[in-house]
Amino acid sequence: MIPVAFSYARPDSLESALALLAEHGEDATVLAGGHSLLPVMKLRLAAPEVVIDIGRLPELRYIRLDGDEVAIGAGTRHRDLEASDVLGAEAPLLAAVARTVGDPQVRHRGTIGGSLAHADPASDLPAAVLTLGGTVVLRGPRGERQVPATGFYTGMFSTVKEPDELIVEIRVPRTGSSGWAYEKFTRRANDWAIVGVAVVDGRVGLVNMGASPLRASTTEAALADGASIEEAAALADQGTDPTSDLAATAEYRRHLARVLTRRALTTAAG
Amino acid sequence: MTTSMNTTVKVGITVNGTETTADVEPRLLLAHYLRDVIGLKATNVGCDTTSCGACTVLVDGESVKSCTVLAVQADGQSVTTMEGLSPNSTNLHPVAAAFRAEHGLQCGFCTPGMVMATVGLLKENPKPTEREVREGLEGNLCRCTGYHNIVRAVLAASGQDPDAGQTTSVEADAGRSPAGGVESAPGFSTGSGA
Repeated sequence: MIPVAFSYARPDSLESALALLAEHGEDATVLAGGHSLLPVMKLRLAAPEVVIDIGRLPELRYIRLDGDEVAIGAGTRHRDLEASDVLGAEAPLLAAVARTVGDPQVRHRGTIGGSLAHADPASDLPAAVLTLGGTVVLRGPRGERQVPATGFYTGMFSTVKEPDELIVEIRVPRTGSSGWAYEKFTRRANDWAIVGVAVVDGRVGLVNMGASPLRASTTEAALADGASIEEAAALADQGTDPTSDLAATAEYRRHLARVLTRRALTTAAG
Repeated sequence: MTTSMNTTVKVGITVNGTETTADVEPRLLLAHYLRDVIGLKATNVGCDTTSCGACTVLVDGESVKSCTVLAVQADGQSVTTMEGLSPNSTNLHPVAAAFRAEHGLQCGFCTPGMVMATVGLLKENPKPTEREVREGLEGNLCRCTGYHNIVRAVLAASGQDPDAGQTTSVEADAGRSPAGGVESAPGFSTGSGA
């Protein structure tokens, strides 16, 4: 399968990438790892006129401590997250979730910024950042702004990011040794989550239980009020809106959310 | 660096140690660059959807699926294909030799991708457990051999006894993730009930 022809630019700095994005606006698409974008371009579900390749900008590829947060460059690859000693010690949930994305070849290419920008409700990393209480840093012609992950997603494949903005950084709190777990239910190796549940520090995030990643807020509130794991997990599908598709019915997804939440909370409790 | 808008781009890609250059459309996939522009046919295009791994090559030493990489993305980088591994057919690369010795193939279509994924895996994890081999080759599908001999070949290529590796993997897996846990189930069978 061959994409529709496009013009290509690989700017050598973040500043020139932003200038190109400002110039071409909605005609342009940003290419990072390309493992969400290129498949849809090959299927001709996307046909951008201009592709701006930011995948090799070194200034977007880092993981470093910054106060009580870990700052991660948007161009950081899943493999970097998976292998990071900093994340392993300070936000181990994110490293572990990255390890469940696709397969090694995919993880060598895919980036955290690309995953968040693409905003697929079945993606692992957007829910992980949401569960961690992270922040998305956007930069564009009007400057830089920080958007909490709770306010970043507006629906399926859609976020508050403007067409002339780039995700430049993701920030997550240092959770240290707090208990955590990620339960990803798939039927085949190398597949998207039918449902996923991330838990860390009393927060519960859901993959593929609605148009965008969600927090199981009823479960979180019950836990805060002293409910048992069993009682709290039984509420995990409240406030969700899962779809029915070839992989699962909506009702089965609700069942999975409750069961996986119970398992994840149990694992996180040690 | 390419900073201006271009509908045709000159790329320079080192393939198996040899510099190659061509004027290409940006939409040209790396797999097609390797097969059609420079004529190296070991890299197979199977599913063409980032699933099967038959098109796996190394870019700057890391395994990638070349059906989901543009040739322009590899500009200035170094690509290794199956052709670049072994000096000749009587002096095989250790991974290729292990696939032959352990009968890690039947029809052979997936083999170049399996071998390149293995080379990448062993670079990152020189002594993988059986489970780590199965996880490391998760992105490569074989429709005839059933994986058993492929896993044996990878263990053998890493200098481990394939028979010993398959009996110790349960213990090796038992102590993982002490501070938390990640489960991706059912996914695949390790043959250990895990």
